[in-house]
Amino acid sequence: MNKQGNTYTIIYIVILVLVVGAALAATSIALRPRQQANADADKMRQILLSARVSTTPDDVIATFHELVDEQFVVNSRGERVEGDAFAVNVAEQSKLPEAERMLPVFVCKTPDGAARKYIVPVYGAGLWGPIWGYVAVDADGSTVYGAYFAHQGETPGLGAEIEKPAFSDQFEGKVLFKNGRFLPVAVVKAGQKPMGDEDYVDGISGGTITSKGVGAMLANCLAPYETFFSNLKD
Amino acid sequence: MAEKTSNKSVFFNPFSKDNPVVVQILGICSVLAVTAKLEPAIVMGLSVIAVLAFSNVIISILRNTIPTNIRIIVQLVVVAGLVVIVSQLLEAYAYDVSKQLSVFIGLIITNCILMGRLEAFAMGNRPWPSFLDGVGNGIGYTIILVIVGFFRELLGSGTLLGFQVVPQAFYDAGYVNNGLMILPPMALIVVACIIWVQRSLNKDLQEK
Repeated sequence: MNKQGNTYTIIYIVILVLVVGAALAATSIALRPRQQANADADKMRQILLSARVSTTPDDVIATFHELVDEQFVVNSRGERVEGDAFAVNVAEQSKLPEAERMLPVFVCKTPDGAARKYIVPVYGAGLWGPIWGYVAVDADGSTVYGAYFAHQGETPGLGAEIEKPAFSDQFEGKVLFKNGRFLPVAVVKAGQKPMGDEDYVDGISGGTITSKGVGAMLANCLAPYETFFSNLKD
Repeated sequence: MAEKTSNKSVFFNPFSKDNPVVVQILGICSVLAVTAKLEPAIVMGLSVIAVLAFSNVIISILRNTIPTNIRIIVQLVVVAGLVVIVSQLLEAYAYDVSKQLSVFIGLIITNCILMGRLEAFAMGNRPWPSFLDGVGNGIGYTIILVIVGFFRELLGSGTLLGFQVVPQAFYDAGYVNNGLMILPPMALIVVACIIWVQRSLNKDLQEK
């Protein structure tokens, strides 16, 4: 058979692609359970970090099950609805109208067992790709206890700084309710103040779009929890 | 690579005299990106060894059947398939490292060393020498990665593989980690220093 002919070339590449495709599909199926377990453990680590609990890869699952003793889903009217909080896809939910969203809540004890923190996930867009995080709120439904942010591909040294404690630690002690109004924490240029009288943190110099993304993410994802948080307060 | 060379020199030449990074100046991009710490540098090196060795063998086995006009496509398909498999394995068994290396595992596909070895060696040699050539070049690449990663982590963070090696007494006496070592430019300068040492030791590598 002529090895330089078109027929040979086409048959050759079709067979090659089928073989490689089958190999990839097999690998993917075989490894998916382990990858999913890793991704779940990583999510638990992030949730715990927002409540300022550091874990190692070995104890993260045990710590999570010990401290997070309640997980539930609420709607924008603050009523509990059916659903698995851990499995809710926050990326999809954050794009729905507020009234239709499934809103996960993780209730986490502090390690000494004295206080309960309400952790909610947030998801939004940075400059290059998605950013996400978790915000832990005190039992008064207003004071932020801690926050954790992560990103997929923000610029190292600029936007990527949002994942550093230097940025997320600023959120501690900020309040979501001010003078009876619900105002999620704003992110503004260092030295400036927001238009309203809401609490604010300093954005990152050189990471303006990512910082604005964090602000928009908080506004979008915390707003539907307004009723839930105000019920907590009462 | 036209002349017949012994298996031994095929395997050992890439370590120093024919090193893909410091002599052929290939694969510099990933050397800059993944060497801020030693651990990702080692994992990246191992991944490249695996992909290079297996793609060399596969291409070498197929070399007499590959139609000439689509040979680059065939090489790319094989390399891309192997890279995805390595990336999936890392995600399943070394999740933290795979997050650190992020896109750079995927970018092994574009690492010039791979296409270079496939095109220059595997297309014209039998599977066993091709395997040795792949492992040899992978190790040559890894050696440079590990040297650069060693100096950058030691001087930039005071640690090695995450363990503190610079004693606390040094810091108390006023020693500070060199933050510049963490940034990509220092990787380039360290690579340049290795090339300098390499060429001083091997006079025949110096350009006239």
